[in-house]
Amino acid sequence: MAMKLPYYPGCTLKTKAKNFETSTLAVAKELDIELVELPKWNCCGAVSSIVTDDLMHQLAPARNFVRVLEMNKSGIVDNEYRLVALCSMCYNTLKRTNLLLKNDHEKLKTINDFMYLEEDYNNEVEVVHFLEILRDIGFDKVKEKVKVDLSSLKIAPYYGCLLLRPKEIAIDNTEDPRIESDLLDSLGVKPIDNPFKKMCCGAHQTVQDKYAVARNTYTIVSGAIKAGAEAIITSCPLCAFNLDNRQREAKELYPDFEGVPILYFTQVMGLAFGVPEEELGFDLNYNDPRPLLREKNILK
Amino acid sequence: MEEKRRDLMEEIAEANSSASSGIDDKKIKHWIHIYVLGKQYKVPASLTIMQALEYAGYRFNKSVGCRAGFCGACSTMYRVEGDYKIKTALACQTMAEDGMYLVQIPFSPAVKAKYDINNEPYDGNVFLKYYPELARCVSCNTCTKTCPQDLQVMDYVQAAIKGDFQKVAEWSFDCIQCGLCAVRCPAEIVQYHAAQLGRRMYGKYGLSEEPNIVKRVEEIMSGKFEEEFKKVMSLQKDELEKVYVKQQNEREIY
Ligand code: FES
Repeated sequence: MAMKLPYYPGCTLKTKAKNFETSTLAVAKELDIELVELPKWNCCGAVSSIVTDDLMHQLAPARNFVRVLEMNKSGIVDNEYRLVALCSMCYNTLKRTNLLLKNDHEKLKTINDFMYLEEDYNNEVEVVHFLEILRDIGFDKVKEKVKVDLSSLKIAPYYGCLLLRPKEIAIDNTEDPRIESDLLDSLGVKPIDNPFKKMCCGAHQTVQDKYAVARNTYTIVSGAIKAGAEAIITSCPLCAFNLDNRQREAKELYPDFEGVPILYFTQVMGLAFGVPEEELGFDLNYNDPRPLLREKNILK
Repeated sequence: MEEKRRDLMEEIAEANSSASSGIDDKKIKHWIHIYVLGKQYKVPASLTIMQALEYAGYRFNKSVGCRAGFCGACSTMYRVEGDYKIKTALACQTMAEDGMYLVQIPFSPAVKAKYDINNEPYDGNVFLKYYPELARCVSCNTCTKTCPQDLQVMDYVQAAIKGDFQKVAEWSFDCIQCGLCAVRCPAEIVQYHAAQLGRRMYGKYGLSEEPNIVKRVEEIMSGKFEEEFKKVMSLQKDELEKVYVKQQNEREIY
């Protein structure tokens, strides 16, 4: 019996980062996990508001939590209150509201009063990242599903800020996270440690000043290359955009800079599990990883 | 029981007579008080908001159109004494109630983006391209609470952010562009214009061609109806009236 989990895709996974979703659904299926999309979910809010009296921006996450209650009530999932996020930004935004409401009953009441058309929310939901689900079921279980030898690949994990900061919502040790390298290990890939794995990619600054972001991209990607990586994994469409697409601007600033492909961790899982190439959507990656994968005989 | 029922029906008919057969104040039994721009008026019960305002002496040259709930011109906002909630209505479709504090919203100051759907690829990002403020939605649901058509406005806004043309088109299908959602939105989104973009894109790219429509367009282009039009255009006023009445009587009611 597949494990059925309420799943929050987030807007980007439906548009620019479709390959993150298709690859995730494919590998989840291999692991006998059914990610059931939240009915009528709304945007997570995209940026967590840190202004303490700005409750308006907590509504979007809270409303999604109510959807989880509805899924349980209607029997779409069975007594399952973990809400799985994939995009790091969505995870961060949802989780921060998740915690805020757990710790502040007055704010919870105000929000419930405001959303009077919805069922009352009473902190039933626990926001988790898909990486945490993988760790919970055990990386040894992940290893069992590996069909394709990826031992020739050298990949650097990248966490950025959103999975680790603030520390109350971190999915791993904030100083020395291992969850992505443990995953790569289980997939038979050699994880490469990048000293800049926790450095901010520049996030939404990419809209205002792409060269500011390109400088971060340069530092982070060069750090990985110097350490010996041939590709970088991430779990964030925004980080992916900055590390991947902004390599173009990084090359303008630093002419001798050479990029590497940026992959979603689920695309690497898909390769290891032998998921059909179409479901991994490499055509959406800005720096095409296929030449590298062909060179290593991983793709035909 | 029978008798009581007849009484009631007579009462209703009487109360309505002001609307149906002109107003004779002496005949009106039931009155309510409404407030228009803060001023109190006594008006007969059982009028629509629009009729009540007209009874009170207001003449509409804006905020009115079809008088049938289709054009979206008669947006109204109100509160009722004793209730903090702000409510919305189409003045032509909603009965006036005792204690209403009313205001008409003649226009929603919303800028419509200029685009040519023939030059737009069928790509969900088109919503944010022309209406980037959609991304400011905080899911407060105020638009949905506001919509006098009872549409799930927030849901179609969210579908637009995700680039889902079909959902935007289907969920906004009954929108009559009254603009009240945009007036109330704290994120300053222009929901109804974005929805229109969605319906246009979905109509052009998402739906298959309707053979009936293709055929009818061909007929029109080939001049099949020209004669009829000429005939109608040449009629005198009284003849035209006759044709109109006949057509109204014969027309199918949907
Ligand atoms: S006047 Fe047209 S909808 Fe009310």
